[in-house]
Amino acid sequence: MSDSEPEATGTDDTNDHPPMEAARYPDGSILYPPHPVGPDGNEPVGTVDLSEYTARLITWTTSTATPPGVRQPNHIGIVEFEVSEASAESRTASGDGEPVRAIGQLTTGDVEIGDELEAEYVGELREPGAGIREPESQAWDGYRFRPVE
Amino acid sequence: MGKRLAVGRGSMERVAIIGASMTQFGQREAWIRELLAEAGAACLDDAGIEGSEVDHLYVSNMASGEFEGQTGIANAVAHDLNAIPAYTARIDQTSSSGGAGVFSAWQSVASGASDLTMLVGGEKMTHRSTAEATDVIASLTHPAEYKHGLTLPSFAGLTARRYLHVHDAPRESLAKVAVKNHKNGVDNPHAQFQKEVDLETVMESPIIADPLRLYDFCPITDGSAALLFCPESKAKEYTDGYVTIAGIGGATDTHVVHERADPTVMGGVVDSSETAYEMAGLGPEDIDMAELHDMFTILEFLQSEGLGFFEQGEGWKAVEEGVTDRDGALPINTSGGLKSKGHPLGASGVAQVYEVYKQLIGEAGPRQVDAETGLACNVGGFGNCVITTIMEAGQ
Repeated sequence: MSDSEPEATGTDDTNDHPPMEAARYPDGSILYPPHPVGPDGNEPVGTVDLSEYTARLITWTTSTATPPGVRQPNHIGIVEFEVSEASAESRTASGDGEPVRAIGQLTTGDVEIGDELEAEYVGELREPGAGIREPESQAWDGYRFRPVE
Repeated sequence: MGKRLAVGRGSMERVAIIGASMTQFGQREAWIRELLAEAGAACLDDAGIEGSEVDHLYVSNMASGEFEGQTGIANAVAHDLNAIPAYTARIDQTSSSGGAGVFSAWQSVASGASDLTMLVGGEKMTHRSTAEATDVIASLTHPAEYKHGLTLPSFAGLTARRYLHVHDAPRESLAKVAVKNHKNGVDNPHAQFQKEVDLETVMESPIIADPLRLYDFCPITDGSAALLFCPESKAKEYTDGYVTIAGIGGATDTHVVHERADPTVMGGVVDSSETAYEMAGLGPEDIDMAELHDMFTILEFLQSEGLGFFEQGEGWKAVEEGVTDRDGALPINTSGGLKSKGHPLGASGVAQVYEVYKQLIGEAGPRQVDAETGLACNVGGFGNCVITTIMEAGQ
């Protein structure tokens, strides 16, 4: 776990991709994606690389009517991490960590609520410029989630 | 001097709705300016008012620039309705633009800034492909959502799966929302779909966002609706058939949907309705009928629970038991809802109030229910912004 400057870590062998960066706030809460101000009204005091943890699947869907530049079908899930020192060491939910949720593509639709997932870096989740959003206005890389073997 | 409503530190004029109109919803040849002018002119006719009498003119619209390349529509409508020099502004709150327009119109009259306010809401969408229209709407999402291809239908699929899982609700209960609202839409001459669907048709329709299927979703729609507002003290100068806005509230929830503590609770519905109920001095038990934002069938459950009509996790039972049928204890979406009537984004919140208005003045025709108090709940994004409006029949 990194609690200040994030390190580039990941689940593949190259280990050279950006972190899945969440923000930690003075009240202990963690948000992904980071916001300028947290639930306690204060600015972040650190970051956490969520790609170092596994997560539990809260819910999922397979979208068949996808917009321009998006894979079809598109498996998507909401996952929940529990971030603590113990869970950082084991990479698994310890039950006593700070919960933080994320949303993202899944590598498969063959999943169930409660499954344990891990993050997998993808250089381009969606084709920039195919949709309405200005390609330069945001990043297009990020993390998909795959079942832990 | 009319009755004044104490709210917060000040007091405000009670606001009446004295005229209403809506165009045919569906696939229309008309473009956005024409649709807005059509509803606006019909509304002025309904109340026997000239455009030149209007003090404020609000236009609810999400994305005429993105859909059609037409901006500046508030001024365009003012000109087309001969409402110049009325103050005008476009109101965008995504899918709740219509409800937000009702809020602005109410504020303008309640504050005393306007004695006669017109609201016109509309959207032109069907010239775009489903994928393009879906992307225009999905552009409201956070970059962390958009890059994964999140759409509003996919949020609905995620939420529906969680709701069915947590509350042990049958998949068929969602389909029964579609069956009910299509049945209601048969009697709405303005509805995009005026035909019934049976449970089997819904359950066997193509999957769009698992577990939701095609008939769990509203269509892409062109259309417009309009309302006229004045102080209640002046309403009878225009008509005997008017309604008053007893309470109205607007609220927001997180932009990033997955950050909500409970994915099956819409905080904006809860918060906006608490404000509206408090202002009206009423509770959920006082509502006789409601128009809810059934852009997806699952939203009817979430709203009916968030509004306090049913306990958390029991909205599906009410549909199963027929409580929300037209002849049930609490009719919901007598218009056919967005599901059957259609969902021209900026028009939908206005058209919800149109239906409540028609019900409360006793002019809903074959859709008529016995109601003195009605509620409209208009949802923007996936519960990101919500407007709840409570109306009472004029005395």
